[in-house]
Amino acid sequence: MEYLPNIIFAVILIIGIGYFARNVKKLIRNIKLGHEVDASENTAERWKNVINIALGQSKLIRRPVSGFLHAIVYVGFIIINIEVLEIIIDGIFGTHRIGQEVLPASLYGFLIGSFEVLAVLVLVSVIIFWIRRNIIKVKRFFSAEMKGWPKNDGNIILYFEVVLMCLFLVMNASDTPFQAADSGNVISQFIAPWFSGFSEGTLHIIEKSAWWIHIVGILVFLNYLYFSKHLHILLAFPNVYFGKLEPKGKFNNLDAVTAEVKLMMDPDADPYAAPAETAEDEVPAKFGASDVMDLTQVQLLNAYTCTECGRCTSECPANLTGKKLSPRKIMMDTRDRLEEVGKNIDLNKGKFVDDGKQLLGDYITNEELWACTTCNACVEACPVSIDPLSIIMEMRRYLVMEQSAAPMELNNMMTNIENNGAPWPYNQMDRLNWKDEN
Amino acid sequence: MSEQLIVPTMAEMMAEGKQPEILFWVGSAGSYDDRAKKITRAFVKILNKANVNFAVLGTEESNTGDVAKRAGNEFLFQMQAVMNIEVLNAYEVKRIVTCDPHSFNCLKNEYPGLGGQYDVIHHTQFIKELMESGRLTLEGDTYKGKRITFHDPCYLGRANSVYEAPRDVLKKTNATLVEMKRHKGTALCCGAGGAQMFKDAEPGNKEINVLRTEDALETLPEIIATGCPYCNTMMTDGVKFKEKEGDIKVMDIAELIANA
Repeated sequence: MEYLPNIIFAVILIIGIGYFARNVKKLIRNIKLGHEVDASENTAERWKNVINIALGQSKLIRRPVSGFLHAIVYVGFIIINIEVLEIIIDGIFGTHRIGQEVLPASLYGFLIGSFEVLAVLVLVSVIIFWIRRNIIKVKRFFSAEMKGWPKNDGNIILYFEVVLMCLFLVMNASDTPFQAADSGNVISQFIAPWFSGFSEGTLHIIEKSAWWIHIVGILVFLNYLYFSKHLHILLAFPNVYFGKLEPKGKFNNLDAVTAEVKLMMDPDADPYAAPAETAEDEVPAKFGASDVMDLTQVQLLNAYTCTECGRCTSECPANLTGKKLSPRKIMMDTRDRLEEVGKNIDLNKGKFVDDGKQLLGDYITNEELWACTTCNACVEACPVSIDPLSIIMEMRRYLVMEQSAAPMELNNMMTNIENNGAPWPYNQMDRLNWKDEN
Repeated sequence: MSEQLIVPTMAEMMAEGKQPEILFWVGSAGSYDDRAKKITRAFVKILNKANVNFAVLGTEESNTGDVAKRAGNEFLFQMQAVMNIEVLNAYEVKRIVTCDPHSFNCLKNEYPGLGGQYDVIHHTQFIKELMESGRLTLEGDTYKGKRITFHDPCYLGRANSVYEAPRDVLKKTNATLVEMKRHKGTALCCGAGGAQMFKDAEPGNKEINVLRTEDALETLPEIIATGCPYCNTMMTDGVKFKEKEGDIKVMDIAELIANA
């Protein structure tokens, strides 16, 4: 019976981490539904971006208020998590504050002291975040796509953080030996008096309860990530690594099209030739994207990384002028559809069975796609290198090349280019007329 | 009293066995759009004044295919690109300048993958180069102290990170450069990009060009400077919508410098 707590702890830990690992596997499987991307080059530049943009949060700080508060929560969370290491060791081996025994008293005091200060700073920041979302009502949290679950999700994460930070402080405040040692209890010494009326036994129960709820809370939070927008705390790093390195204006040239264009332009090509022999199971190339499987793995990773901050949407010229397009919604729709496809695969023993739905139409409408000016404001605004524009472009390609579903005026424009090499119906031979006009 | 411009074509150059130092890519807007043609002429005026040995493709130039690509028609884009690349490579073109950021972006970034490798620059970069090498000097003080605000074209700024060249050129005019709240990386689009120029906007509560014009008006400018024929059209329309066309001019940087 002596080892019961250790065993219970180990079991909870294994379940917590195991379930999370299971979902991570699912996430990777879902991302792999997309086309492969070659990111083997420029690894130095990619790592540099990870350090500057992901670790260093260089793009977040462009909005000073939210950027600063985010930096506190981010630093706080990473550093306070060192404490989790001690909790895990204590839990498994039945020790109490192993750090206090193995580390020099001054170092341990310094560490716990900084955790306590950070915990308070995180608490304050999180409360301000909550106020921004619920009282001040910062506009970007109130777009059409933020109703229902996305709104609650944002708040639930904040509540989680408040509870976890409070538990950490209570755990320290009710730890009599820790308070008696009087080193590192920078904040908790002011909370300790609240418990002064309790007996030592009660205090011990409070301390142990806080300790247990804290670690269980962390494991629940870890598992909550997969079901929420909060995956960015992990995925921001790979996402930035795989982010676009080329100039933002450079859109990819479709290789499948290049092959056909080369053939068309080849004077030696026989127009009546039978198509080259192809393997029977070879699917003809589909131009553009109508569903998540047509996107790249990086675009799908983008979708899981998006934390719905809405900086993209708040800079989108179409959205600012009341159009339906919202780059954030493009990312949320892509993720939601990918999750739907993933569940379909789970239910059908590892194979996707056509559900009669797709990303285009059932999630993202043509109206949204055609409102985009391709201005790259959303791409520039994203703090974690998400590229909503590339998804919009792939879907436009599908609309135009597979469905001939461009707006009529654009069809006219394209016909003009085909016929006379300009988007307007002017004669090619008049191209130099400007020379002699005034 | 039309001022005679010297505009050699690549074909003429080749017939004389000459190779220009730079090809001026006029672009479809610069060739056919009435407002944009004025920008084209202004830029040629600068090229002539600085004795730049340049040429145009003239009737051998065709649309870059940029707008088709943004509309989603990759086929049409690549057909146009391959045709243009054939012409450009036949003339052994090495360096290209253009007044249209969309052509600039397309030629610079999207043609190389299809076999067209050129050193492509925007006309504001070229004007800056001419000024710094002393080939082009500004004599007049036409714009001294005038309040000018520069609207960053998306495909020059965000798309290719060219923010300074147009500003450097404007500073040389001794004008007072005033920035809009949204500028450089966060500049608002004029509303024409992504093939929007050629279609009606989706339902909304405002036109994008009007919103952008309001950004510009906040700076109380005398001139709104642009570096893109489409931006120019959008901002000109915006200024008219705000009934400010009597007080505020919308001018391309080429026009500003040509008149300085």
